[in-house]
Amino acid sequence: MLAVETIGLTKDYRLGFWRNRVRRALDRLDLRVEAGEVFGLLGPNGAGKTTTLKLLLRLVFPTSGTACILGQPLDDTSVRAHVAFLPENPNFYDHLTAEEYLGYIGALFGLPSALRRRRISELTGQLGLASSLKVQLRRFSKGMIQRVGIAQALINDPDLVFLDEPMSGLDPLGRREVRDVILWLKARKKTVFFSTHILSDAETLCDRVAVLHHGRLQGCGELNRILALSVSATEVVIESPSPDVITEVMPYVSSVVRTGDRVRLEIPDEGRVETALEVLLCRGTKLISVNPVKKSLEDYFVEKVGGSGESSQRVTSAGDSNS
Amino acid sequence: MRVATIAIHTFKESVREKVLYNLVAFALLLIGAAILFGNISVGIERIILITLGLTSISVFGLLIAIFIGIGLVSKEIERRTIYNILSKPVSRVEFILGKYAGLLLTLCVNTAIMTGGFYVALFYQKHSLNGEDVAFLGAVYFILLQLAIVVGIAVVFSCISTPVLSAVFTFCLYVIGNFSNDIQALGGESGSRVLGVCANVLYYLLPNLGNFNIISRVAHGASIPAYLWIGNSLYALLYVTVLMSIAVLVFEEREFR
Repeated sequence: MLAVETIGLTKDYRLGFWRNRVRRALDRLDLRVEAGEVFGLLGPNGAGKTTTLKLLLRLVFPTSGTACILGQPLDDTSVRAHVAFLPENPNFYDHLTAEEYLGYIGALFGLPSALRRRRISELTGQLGLASSLKVQLRRFSKGMIQRVGIAQALINDPDLVFLDEPMSGLDPLGRREVRDVILWLKARKKTVFFSTHILSDAETLCDRVAVLHHGRLQGCGELNRILALSVSATEVVIESPSPDVITEVMPYVSSVVRTGDRVRLEIPDEGRVETALEVLLCRGTKLISVNPVKKSLEDYFVEKVGGSGESSQRVTSAGDSNS
Repeated sequence: MRVATIAIHTFKESVREKVLYNLVAFALLLIGAAILFGNISVGIERIILITLGLTSISVFGLLIAIFIGIGLVSKEIERRTIYNILSKPVSRVEFILGKYAGLLLTLCVNTAIMTGGFYVALFYQKHSLNGEDVAFLGAVYFILLQLAIVVGIAVVFSCISTPVLSAVFTFCLYVIGNFSNDIQALGGESGSRVLGVCANVLYYLLPNLGNFNIISRVAHGASIPAYLWIGNSLYALLYVTVLMSIAVLVFEEREFR
């Protein structure tokens, strides 16, 4: 079954005092997300990721096109009983305690009070919130608020989870916790649809990814295939080679990097790897490792969004979470 | 059911606002001060206390209605707390009605506290309370009806505008609504047919809040006629229904960017 399907989904925003300027935030988006997969929506800031999520949750309305979640049209409110959403940098009611807020959300899902209490206890225990249940939310740190956000999203045991930039602004521990939650959901065969511009997260978690840029779908596919599509080079690491050996293999390699005793050779042509290795072994060179250099998600991303100065500035690569 | 859930949590959230405590405390202080004003008003101590006490309840009720009412929707949008609610199986109608009911509950509780303070002041002055004093509850009921309309207006404005503008518009409509009888009379006396029609349209369109002000009447010991009980109750019900319908229609089309 398809968890999410969009057909020609388009969103125009009207801007200006007279609302006569039109900005297209999303342009004829066609997506199909299978149930049980972790799907990453990638793109630089302003690419249309949040707009896509808001359209799917009816927080904004499409200009044209249609979409379904869990096989139901978006205007069917009842389907949201099986859906979860965590917005980017979530905000909650300042004066409610974590327990009251989670109870409130549970009640909106129509959960009976006993089940609600059990779910709150399970989730807060799992997310390390158990000792803060009676604390008002205005006293929570950003990381704690994110955990409450995750708890409220999962309180109904959803089949489909939408997460908008779930790692945004979190410290490494917080990011690790969110990653663990996504992996936990994946293990339980839940569908996770999340937007991010942190490519390392997508690379770690996603089964499939789609790249959006300026509201247009630039590419979509299985992460395994994208990353295995091309082996761009072979990396050979050797130890304490003689200068003659390096000179001898130079015709086969594109780069030589020396780090202490070790030398890293990059051989661009896959057909010449064997010859180069023979030369090295014949000269008695100590071989440390031979690895194919695969295309990274970042390479794929840059290729799809064009690698323009504007894009590369807006895209945060692995490790830069706080943008 | 979800309307009740939203109402209860709106009440819990709004009742913990510090500004609310300040306003209620100030109202109680003013009611207490009415005793002093009464002491320096020879012969009309009771009238002064009742008028000032009930007016305090009305004015501070209005401030609470505006301060919290405008935050019902616009603050939710501004702080993006609404994303988490509307992404649940909650219709927009349920959200608006729940929010409105929650604020009305807050106003009822605050008005009850202020009314309690008013009766304490009355008891302090007279050293007793009797059956006649129950009539003041009628005035309080009418104040509540008036506030229910004001909150409805605040909700409509907060669906379409910013918190500050919503507060200004709501206050303006409250003031105009208290003079709607005068607007109609002015139109009638102007001699101009066009002006007369315009004044009549305004009279029927704007909330007729002047009819809810019976403080002076009860302060002088006059009873509240049945037509006022029934008329004001039905008018408030009708007006709030219209306001909520407008709020829902506007809110259904609202996008949260």
